[in-house]
Amino acid sequence: MNALTGRRYVIAGIFIAVGIIYLLRLFYIQVINDTYKLSAENNVLRYVTEYPARGLVYDRYGELLVYNEVAYDLMVTPRQVKELDTADFCRTVGITKEQFIKKYKQARAYSPYKESVFEKQLSKETYAALQEKLYKFQGFFVQSRTLRKYPQEIAAHTLGYVGEVSEAIIKKNPYYKMGDYIGISGIEKSYEKELRGRKGLKIMMVDVFNRPKGRFKDGIYDTLAISGLNLVSSLSAKLQKYGELLLQNKTGSIVAIEPSSGEILACVSSPSYNPNLLVGRERTKNYGKLFVDNRLPLFNRALMAYYPPGSTFKLINGLIGEQEQVTSRETRYPCARGYPVMGGKPKCHPHPSPMDLPGAVSTSCNSYFCYVFRSIIDNKKKYPSVVDGYNAWREYVLSFGIGKKIHTDLPQELPGNVPTQQYYDKYFGVNGWKSSTIVSLSIGQGELGVTPLQMANIMCSIANRGFYYTPHIIKGIGESKQPHPEYKIKHQTKIDARYFDPIIDGMQGAVDHGTSTAAKLKDIVICGKTGTAQNPHGKDHSVFVAFAPRDNPKIAIAVMVENGGWGASWAVPIGGLMIEKYLRDSISKPEMEKRMLEGVVLSTENKSKKETDKK
Amino acid sequence: MRKSQRGIFSNIDWITVIFYLLLVGMGWINIYASVYNEEHQLITDLSQKYGKQMIWIVTSILLATVILIIDGNFYAAIAWPLWIIVLISLVAVLFFGTEISGSKSWFKIGEFSVQPAEFAKFATAMVLAKYLSQLGIKMTDTKTKIISTIIIITPIILILLENETGVALVFISFILVLYREGLSGNFLLFGMLMLVLFMLALLVDKLILLIVLFSLSVILFLFMRKSRQNIFLLIGMIVVCSSVIYGVDYAYNHLQPHQRKRIDVFLGKEADIKKAGYNVNQSLIAIGSGGIYGKGFLNGTQTKYDFVPEQSTDFIFCTVGEEWGFVGTATVILVFILLFLRILFLAERQRSQFSRIYAYGVVSILFFHLMINIGMTIGLAPVIGIPLPFFSYGGSSLWSFTILLFILVKLDAYRLDILR
Ligand SMILES: [Zn+2]
Repeated sequence: MNALTGRRYVIAGIFIAVGIIYLLRLFYIQVINDTYKLSAENNVLRYVTEYPARGLVYDRYGELLVYNEVAYDLMVTPRQVKELDTADFCRTVGITKEQFIKKYKQARAYSPYKESVFEKQLSKETYAALQEKLYKFQGFFVQSRTLRKYPQEIAAHTLGYVGEVSEAIIKKNPYYKMGDYIGISGIEKSYEKELRGRKGLKIMMVDVFNRPKGRFKDGIYDTLAISGLNLVSSLSAKLQKYGELLLQNKTGSIVAIEPSSGEILACVSSPSYNPNLLVGRERTKNYGKLFVDNRLPLFNRALMAYYPPGSTFKLINGLIGEQEQVTSRETRYPCARGYPVMGGKPKCHPHPSPMDLPGAVSTSCNSYFCYVFRSIIDNKKKYPSVVDGYNAWREYVLSFGIGKKIHTDLPQELPGNVPTQQYYDKYFGVNGWKSSTIVSLSIGQGELGVTPLQMANIMCSIANRGFYYTPHIIKGIGESKQPHPEYKIKHQTKIDARYFDPIIDGMQGAVDHGTSTAAKLKDIVICGKTGTAQNPHGKDHSVFVAFAPRDNPKIAIAVMVENGGWGASWAVPIGGLMIEKYLRDSISKPEMEKRMLEGVVLSTENKSKKETDKK
Repeated sequence: MRKSQRGIFSNIDWITVIFYLLLVGMGWINIYASVYNEEHQLITDLSQKYGKQMIWIVTSILLATVILIIDGNFYAAIAWPLWIIVLISLVAVLFFGTEISGSKSWFKIGEFSVQPAEFAKFATAMVLAKYLSQLGIKMTDTKTKIISTIIIITPIILILLENETGVALVFISFILVLYREGLSGNFLLFGMLMLVLFMLALLVDKLILLIVLFSLSVILFLFMRKSRQNIFLLIGMIVVCSSVIYGVDYAYNHLQPHQRKRIDVFLGKEADIKKAGYNVNQSLIAIGSGGIYGKGFLNGTQTKYDFVPEQSTDFIFCTVGEEWGFVGTATVILVFILLFLRILFLAERQRSQFSRIYAYGVVSILFFHLMINIGMTIGLAPVIGIPLPFFSYGGSSLWSFTILLFILVKLDAYRLDILR
């Protein structure tokens, strides 16, 4: 046993050795090494979040649509606040003493040690005045942030806006911290990830007077903020602005798309608002005002409003008839100021009869397309039952990108509605319906609901003779200058290219000498179709769809003027002006332009006010 | 008169008690500083950690007094039953415990939580002392080695099941006790070798490590005396080393992500300060920023809950470093080392083997805690969440360290009575 008592010295030796090693290490880090030491002057480390510049947005010609403006937030770290001259502080910042106490309490409640925003977005004058006195206000400092600016004041719905992240988002996504900004609607939302960039973290040394003393350890622990990607929108700012002017004092929507690419050239929803209203300190207040406005300026009609497509839907029915081999260019059907089979309903306007397919398109004969619709659905040789016929017809319709979301790159897009067989089974009972029951579909009325975006997209399919690219608003992301890959995929309709000519002939005829002559232009062949969307709540909606030029089309457009009545009265001239503006950048019919710009179409929803300036 | 005086306080080693009070007091002051804010200044504020710690300190002193009152023979007598009870509660907590930050090792009783693993430390120390102090037990016997290993390993396994890796590692320190009682010094060396191998296994690819190991063996084989014993020894070493390498590799890959991250950071595999290395970096900044004399009581800026997490428990030493400087940290380490040496002195003056062995158990546990806890705050040990004895916030740990130490104080005070 005695031999072992010596071992206590080994053990004591281990204790002492570890003790000495630790003391040396501590002496090194606390006394010798300056790396970890902050001098008495630099005794506070401040963790400053570096906010990256949010990406800019340009239009298709390089015109700036969205940029950033620097703003200054006054921050506070309550623990570091020492005695200060409150009166002087309040005067400088421009708040009352009560506000000061309230804000200070809020900041304390959030955290005594973490910084929080004391006053948002100081004016430049306040900032300048404060900057000089900041040394007197320990615990306060200014952090620069950027605010979005929309120099063109257009396309509010499309561009969207940014706001502070909600608690719910912070919980779901740890990237976001209290007070961060996030895109809430429009491009700002759907391209949030691209636009936001990545936040950085800077560790600053600050002295007791709250003055920055440089970077901690020369910034080796800092992470750099990475700017967001710039986006190139397919919008033409000029066309967009023109469209918004044409729709002023009217309710409605214009969507223009380049058929060969699916790029959205203009996306107007009226009434609109100035996008700069939803920026910064005034955002909440302005949002509240817009929100309660009963003209619904926040509602993006281009993507969210359902309209019956009206006569424009005859184009699709004609195409399906051809593809199904039940109609051809030469097919003629009678018209007796209405559909003879059902005793003259639906009604039609006076025109020569019987007509061939292009003629029926040009004159927009209702009877003709009722016949077409019936022969598609009641094609007993091909479809044993009405249900089979209807489902086959519906598949054709869906292939044009309606009745389902087309997944454009704007949020809030709605699918529209093409009734299902189940819907009719439920409504009329199983086997309780036939083609005549749902004949209103042949002329685009009934339960059909199509958004203006989808109508314009139908035009693209026709302009392209059978396919479309998903309409999208961003044609270039960052350095790549490419859109998301899904927007380069061709979507085929179920109609073969050769069936388009009779319909397109009819559309050309409609503009040349038919229902849409108000859109006619010298030297540019426009193919168009009017529509009148039945509105059970008031005056019918005026619809016009078109593309131009006929060969190698550059623009496809859908115009919807709510309560505009007969298509030719508002939608056709506006569509014509838009096309001319885009293709020629000049207007050959100034009187018509003046009439459209000055025209007021009051909404008749829920009221029976007389329209002014009626033509 | 003389008799009653002797009852509790006579023969007590006041030096140890003073060191204890010193450490507990310094601990409380630093806990107060680390959670201090203007709104809660009352030291007995129960909503604050220092208020709760005050309760733990008062109850600990009561507990110490009770331990001193109880007859000295009692502890050796209850060693086995106590150990069994602790083992049972270690199992029970797996089923009925509350999970706190990934470890299911707490019984929650109202506001307070109790961790049975803490109490396993002194229970095991007592059982080990009890077993090794039996007549005729020799550390050199294989049977003794095996039974000692079982006594140490059983709580380790149960505590590992609770996900308290840090606490489980503490039991490794008992190797010092076994060494003092006659375990060959080779085991101590072997233990260190294993530690080195353990580190290497984490740092180097296991295939490379195995190749190096085998080539070393081959070289060794070529040059050594080729006796049967040496060859067996060599093969044994190869097998043990390879299994350690594989075992570590396996264990590492089955660790919780946050534990793995801690190891990665300690080994320098990862240097992301905002993630796992954050603690160590912040802790170094805090301690380093203290300088020689520190920033003064309550003037620390880094050791606020923004910067150093867990600063009142595992990272309490940061507050010492920042507010009291090198003077403070050196004092704390000095007091600890002096306490350890004092315990060694007490151990060697015991007449009863049980008391001596138990004393070694106590000092080993305390030493291991000190080494790991302070080591991790200054970047010399992996970030393993174990408290600084007497210092860190927490009732279970303070209670268990108090019991651990005061049983020794009692045994020491009682030593003169033993042979009567
Ligand atoms: Zn007709």
